[in-house]
Amino acid sequence: MTDIAASSLPVFATKAEISKRLRQRHAAERRFRAYGIAALLFGLIFLVVLFTSIIGKGWTAFLQTSVHIPIYFDPAEINPSGNRADRDELFRADYSKLARDALFKALGVGADDKPARRAAGSLLSRGVDLQLRDAVLADPSLIGQTRDEWLLVSDNVDAFMKGSIDRDAPPDRRPLSDQQITWIDQLTAKDMIAKRFNTGLFINGASSVPETAGLGVALIGSAYMMLIVVLLSVPLGVAAAVYLEEFAPKSKWSDIIEVNINNLAAVPSIVFGLLGLAIFIGFMGLPRSASLVGGLVLSLMTLPTIIIATRAAIKSVPPSIREAALGVGASKMQVITHHIVPLTVPGILTGMIIGLVRAIGETAPLLMIGMVAFVVDYPKTPLSPATALPVQIYMWATAAERGFIERTAGATIVLLLFLVVMNSVAVYLRQKFERKW
Amino acid sequence: MVMGVKVMEANVEARPTVRVPAPTLEAESAPEARELKLSATDVNLWYGQKQALFDVNLNIFDRSVTALIGPSGCGKSTFLRCLNRMNDTIEGCRMTGKILLDGEDINARDVDPVQLRARVGMVFQKPNPFPKSIFENVAYAPRIHGLCKSKADLEEVVVKSLQRAGLYEEVKDRLDEPGTGLSGGQQQRLCIARAISVNPEVLLMDEPCSALDPIATARIETLIDELKKTFCIVIVTHSMQQAARVSQRTAFFHLGKLVEVDDTVKIFTNPADTRTQDYVTGRFG
Repeated sequence: MTDIAASSLPVFATKAEISKRLRQRHAAERRFRAYGIAALLFGLIFLVVLFTSIIGKGWTAFLQTSVHIPIYFDPAEINPSGNRADRDELFRADYSKLARDALFKALGVGADDKPARRAAGSLLSRGVDLQLRDAVLADPSLIGQTRDEWLLVSDNVDAFMKGSIDRDAPPDRRPLSDQQITWIDQLTAKDMIAKRFNTGLFINGASSVPETAGLGVALIGSAYMMLIVVLLSVPLGVAAAVYLEEFAPKSKWSDIIEVNINNLAAVPSIVFGLLGLAIFIGFMGLPRSASLVGGLVLSLMTLPTIIIATRAAIKSVPPSIREAALGVGASKMQVITHHIVPLTVPGILTGMIIGLVRAIGETAPLLMIGMVAFVVDYPKTPLSPATALPVQIYMWATAAERGFIERTAGATIVLLLFLVVMNSVAVYLRQKFERKW
Repeated sequence: MVMGVKVMEANVEARPTVRVPAPTLEAESAPEARELKLSATDVNLWYGQKQALFDVNLNIFDRSVTALIGPSGCGKSTFLRCLNRMNDTIEGCRMTGKILLDGEDINARDVDPVQLRARVGMVFQKPNPFPKSIFENVAYAPRIHGLCKSKADLEEVVVKSLQRAGLYEEVKDRLDEPGTGLSGGQQQRLCIARAISVNPEVLLMDEPCSALDPIATARIETLIDELKKTFCIVIVTHSMQQAARVSQRTAFFHLGKLVEVDDTVKIFTNPADTRTQDYVTGRFG
């Protein structure tokens, strides 16, 4: 007995073998570290490529070329009846003629040179009509006066000014004629044409003309939907998670519910779109294209994510806290509201942000409920027709005009900025709550 | 018998208290002079299919310390948790038998476990202050039970509780600092302050010193000695020296059965059962 206890255990390997094995173990560790760094670099490279490509293509969308020319608001053209109160007449007047006349004067195009007039007129955007009309309707006293106005130019002139059209290309390979390029050069020399910050990108609604197309409706629609998702899925998700974790008896039923919630988180989003189409629009009769329906569908999609994250957070609360609270006579509800939920706030926030970020970038379910629509007017309520940021990107991506291509990338930048801001807020909030001991 | 805090305090003054000088073993007073506080009759308990307690019969007396000793897994903590129905929160846990607190069945239908736990406070093995300030830790229980009408009342209760737990002098300047920032021994005393803040009648302690160093342990033991003037204390301990130092009565558990209960002096000097003898002399456990 004592002999076995006193003698050391036998060693069957030689010293060399042991040190070889040790070298192998260290080598494995170094290898693993190298794999990690390689994976990280790989990811970083793709991120850099993505950002440079999108920002490189998209930054020009934030600039828009306009010409600065004096416009004579001709009463004979706008308001032949002389009755300024006749808004209908003011509404129907041919404002593009005013703009064209002003441009012809600036370029010195003769009154009878029809082809030249057509070529010069096409330099202006079709949106100038609306621009001048809105100015007059806002301030009818303009009629009869001359005022310098910034007028949008056409997609091709904008592209030329941004350098996307090569002036040295043969005339039949570029959308602008030699004459038109000469005119643009004239305007540039007179300092009458400039690239200005494109506020229209953020406030305009849908348009078939790229210069006047904007994200206004999509931004409002997305904001409505995010609001609905936060208001619906966070309280519902947290309540469901607390119930499942703290109150639900462990039975076959709660197991089934648990499996289904986990499965729900993995359901393809388009299926949620079909569900929304069938239930919210088909059965409940809510309007199509409405951000309310979009928000409801996205809430359904976000719920499982929030439930799972909250349950994980609740599970990680140390049982000693629960016992301490129960031990001093806290009721179950007090244990939850005073101790468990405050400690799970960081986890809930993480789940909420993951869910929201996924929801704001979601396109497929919104296509199913008709949010892929040509909406010009701002949605006044969540029941009005609207689009969403990713859907707007999708619609612009399918258009051929050069202006839409840069706007696609520009809108993507806006969407990414949204996500970055939301993530930063989440990280900030999480750290703020975690610092509370 | 209806136990009120006032009655208890009056009794404290009326009765001369004898301090047991640790570590000598000395019975505080004759058993017949003690007041019965808790009595367990035929307590059986199952975790799912596994039976953890077998026919436990135990009387616990007021204003004294009863130690529950025994090897790991013998059911002493389980029994302790029966006394304030903490086992209710464990799924699949089932109990039969009767536990009377001042003659009332604590498992009766009309007894609210939330109310019971205010009367039977508990201190746990690992110090578990809430992740809140020292003040909030102690103020929490009086607040949820609605014991204080004003902020001044609450402050008084907090200060008194901390004083009784022997912690006030050390923390009086930093009551708004986190309770989790204190040392282990201080945290455990904070937990004791928290437990006594609602004037419980019984204080259950589940190995309160097992995570503490000897100096902190000594402080807690002195405190227990002090607290037993007011409370009925039941302490689970792995340390036989501790049981001998702080308790007046000792119950020895083995394999879910109560083997022997008697005055501490008797258990450690002349136990009736050979298993007790073997355990206290260190032959197993």
